[in-house]
Amino acid sequence: MNILQRRDKKDLLFDIFNYSLMVFIIFIVIYPIWYVIIYSLNDGVDAMQGGIYWWPRVFTLENYKAVFTNTGIINAFYITILKTIIGTIVHVLFTGMVAYAFSRSELIGRKFYMIMGTITLFFGGGLIPYFLLIRNLGLFDNFLVYIIPAMFNFFEAIIFISFFRSIPNALEEAAKIDGASYFTIFFRIILPVSLPVVATIALFHGVYQWNDYFTGVIFINNPNLQPIQTYLYRIIAQSSANQMLNLMPGSIATRTVTSQSLKMATMVVTTLPIVFVYPFLQKYFVKGVMIGSIKG
Amino acid sequence: MDFKGEVLEYTNYSNRRMGNIKRFLRKLYLQRDLQIMALAGAIWMFIFNYIPMYGLVIAFKDFNIVKPISDAPWVGLKHFIEFVNDDNFLNVLTNTLGISLLKLLIGFPLPIIFALLLNELTSLKFKKAVQTISYLPHFLSWVILGGIIINWLSDIGLINDILIKMKILKEPISFLGDPQYFWWIAVISDVWKELGWSAIIYLAAIAGIDPEMYEAAIIDGASRLQKIWYITLPAIKPTITILFILAVSGIFNSNFDQILVLRNSLNASASDVIDIYVYRMGIQNANYSYATAAGLLKSIVSMILLLIANEISKRLNETSLF
Repeated sequence: MNILQRRDKKDLLFDIFNYSLMVFIIFIVIYPIWYVIIYSLNDGVDAMQGGIYWWPRVFTLENYKAVFTNTGIINAFYITILKTIIGTIVHVLFTGMVAYAFSRSELIGRKFYMIMGTITLFFGGGLIPYFLLIRNLGLFDNFLVYIIPAMFNFFEAIIFISFFRSIPNALEEAAKIDGASYFTIFFRIILPVSLPVVATIALFHGVYQWNDYFTGVIFINNPNLQPIQTYLYRIIAQSSANQMLNLMPGSIATRTVTSQSLKMATMVVTTLPIVFVYPFLQKYFVKGVMIGSIKG
Repeated sequence: MDFKGEVLEYTNYSNRRMGNIKRFLRKLYLQRDLQIMALAGAIWMFIFNYIPMYGLVIAFKDFNIVKPISDAPWVGLKHFIEFVNDDNFLNVLTNTLGISLLKLLIGFPLPIIFALLLNELTSLKFKKAVQTISYLPHFLSWVILGGIIINWLSDIGLINDILIKMKILKEPISFLGDPQYFWWIAVISDVWKELGWSAIIYLAAIAGIDPEMYEAAIIDGASRLQKIWYITLPAIKPTITILFILAVSGIFNSNFDQILVLRNSLNASASDVIDIYVYRMGIQNANYSYATAAGLLKSIVSMILLLIANEISKRLNETSLF
């Protein structure tokens, strides 16, 4: 044991370097997020003078009041929450159910289904044919565009399949003797014992739904149907170039700058749910990426 | 009378066949629920994966949105030739490759180094904390990060503020308004977002190394660097190889979500990558056939690259993706 724990001066030096580097990395990761928080808690007009680094200078909750009284933002949050909850439930149940069928060796045509799925991992139509399809399906400006095209994913089905195949058969046989249908077996027996993989897929999909802005950008024109990420994207993308032009020295417009602090407060509210659930969910994410990397 | 036997035989045969079909139908009937589930998946894939694949034919046609695809006249490679000869082609290609190569050069090795350094931390609690914090940015959307980056890099943003206070700059620079900075902004922000997340796979590979190897090396008097060089790196080489093949084949894919947020009319000459070009031409300008051709050309080249990278790696390292 003594030999194993031996450290010399060089080791110590390396440790000091390594630990400092890691502290630096933590700082680099956290600081931008912290900055948005303090900016959002600072008076908007005051913030534009710069010089806010560690703590709000003129503390105010006005920005948050503005966020929570803006009907456009509130509605966008509502859409985001709705699409995240419905989208995740539908995705997990549907992908899980199809994967369950694909995982049964008695399934007639199993090979065909698996080949059909595997091809989708390598080939796709790309943006334009997909866009035209969604348009033809009438999903334009339709809430279902968040749900139906995201219902299934063969890659995640593979993760489910490999898990389902590891479940001992005895569990199902007993149910089958009792005359249970496959649907009953899936919902009553398989899903409950697959909680770890269900949680992993649900979390991945939940984060996708929460963060996705592009679906809203191309398929939604109705402002009442856009999620918060699309809302933010539209503010950011539309104003960034203009802002840079307008904010050349001497032409600083107060309105733009307060919109900056409002944007920051909205960003904080948008991000907080993820930051809060993150530590609890972290182990699932890691598990998911492991399974994914083995399969991929 | 003679053929009675034949008839009998035939009936027997047909009975057997009927029996097979019956048995098959019975099996199918018994698993009807299972078939419904599987078919639901197959129908979904048919609609959302296979119809768009068929939709690729518009790259070879003059597609008009008011008519169905089958009515559009064939034009062969017209759109491909047009794309390759377009004034934007070279610029789009340069931007795509420039950003991707920089990402490969910087964003590929850094997670490996990060994983190796994390693995050298003696305090497990600290290691876990660093890891947990380092993946956090992966779960934030590009809209949020884009919002932060645009704020920081604006004339009155944090970066200019600090650079001016440190007397490095006299006048603020509009970083996102100047094409010369765009590639670096894209690369650095991408590394910031994905460093921790990309390291997970390497950490898992490192965790799978037999600890006895290290113990033996220590007894032999190996230094830390030697342990990393002679044990850890060779052990994770297959993982590195596979991720490298994937990274090389993805060189024509840009991070669309990222660039769409960070681009603007002022930096367009540096931020127009193939994916953005397809989006601009196809969705914004409704030039469907042309944009599809550009996208398809990209996918084909990517596929070829994947096969080449895979083949080279198979010969050199005996590790390959397939």
